[in-house]
Amino acid sequence: MTSLIMIVIGAALINNVVLSQFLGLCSFLGVSKQIKTSASLGAAVIFVITIASAVANLLYDFVLDPLGLSYLQTIVFILVIAALVQVVEMFLKKTSPGLYNALGIYLPLITTNCAVLGVALTNVTNGYNFIESVLAGLGTAVGYTIAIVLLAGIRERIEESEVPAPFRGAPIVLLSAALMAIAFYGFSGLA
Amino acid sequence: MNQNMERIYNGIVKENPIFIMMLGICPTLAVTTSATNGFGMGISTLVVLVMSNLVISAVRKLIPDQVRLPAYIVIVASLVTVVQLLIQAYVPFLDAALGIYIPLIVVNCIILGRAEAYASKNPPLLSVFDGIGMGLGFTFALTLIGLVRELFGAGTAFGVQVMPEFYQPISILVNAPGAFLVLAIIVAVMNGASISTAANRKVEGCDGCCANCAQASENCGKKEGKA
Repeated sequence: MTSLIMIVIGAALINNVVLSQFLGLCSFLGVSKQIKTSASLGAAVIFVITIASAVANLLYDFVLDPLGLSYLQTIVFILVIAALVQVVEMFLKKTSPGLYNALGIYLPLITTNCAVLGVALTNVTNGYNFIESVLAGLGTAVGYTIAIVLLAGIRERIEESEVPAPFRGAPIVLLSAALMAIAFYGFSGLA
Repeated sequence: MNQNMERIYNGIVKENPIFIMMLGICPTLAVTTSATNGFGMGISTLVVLVMSNLVISAVRKLIPDQVRLPAYIVIVASLVTVVQLLIQAYVPFLDAALGIYIPLIVVNCIILGRAEAYASKNPPLLSVFDGIGMGLGFTFALTLIGLVRELFGAGTAFGVQVMPEFYQPISILVNAPGAFLVLAIIVAVMNGASISTAANRKVEGCDGCCANCAQASENCGKKEGKA
């Protein structure tokens, strides 16, 4: 039980997907202007990554590994993720239009969010079983959401302050991310 | 031949994928803990980019428009797998250093971006040179960032001690936060020198999305329309 909890905490805080592994950086920097939108993106990411790690794990354990095809994992995973995002999108559109409208535009973008593929591949590398994979996926996605919502909060404050001209735009956002990364560095003491 | 050279110049200087276009930031920050790693990642990406541009340009008239993105992804993923197997077999230390970031070249938006923006519209030879130019630009940027981080963070360059004995390395630079710091400072310097980049032209919206560029801009158009 403790090891399962450690997987979630480790994935969410210690090895934070954005701030220490640099996955999903593009949307982290691109869609973090407002807390509200970044929270929606975070919700979509939690949804997709958790399902994707479950599906990827089942595929690897029951199809790729027994057939000796594990070298095909990159191709298979990226196709599965792309298909999955489509299915999730259609499913949400039918069953819960409210959630679909909230996540709508962010769902397709998740296909090429490297965090999704990254988690699936890391799970294989770490030899996680089904439950561990799902939990690692969940933890990673929660870590992503924490990071992007925090950054959005910081950026909302930056909007109102006087930033030196050369640092306006991307540099000040990267600097904020650097300070957050330093703060998250402290979590490595937990491990 | 002139046109080919123009593509290479374009990739390295005019449309440098990192410094000007701000594409493919994830591997840029993750693997640049040393100049060697940055260089290795750059070359791996270059190989995939050249081959994918070649293949996609060669079959560009055979792929129906509606399914072109999945088709590109399959082509790129296959090439990445080939490169990954080659690296594992012949340069195992690079495989150990880059690890998961090699398969992640698949979702590097530079590759799909060039496929969509260039290779799908131009003949194979020009596309190959476009790939070489973009790949060299990417390699140059990664090696430079890696060199800066290694030099100040560990006092070495390509693994060779260059800083004098009394120099105290700023070890934070080779750790995760240092990646953000170094890129922030480089972009700030470029802003200060008023070199126009994607980063200072327009910060918000989809400029940074790793998502396939066509879809991203389409979606962002929708978002702005709504707002």
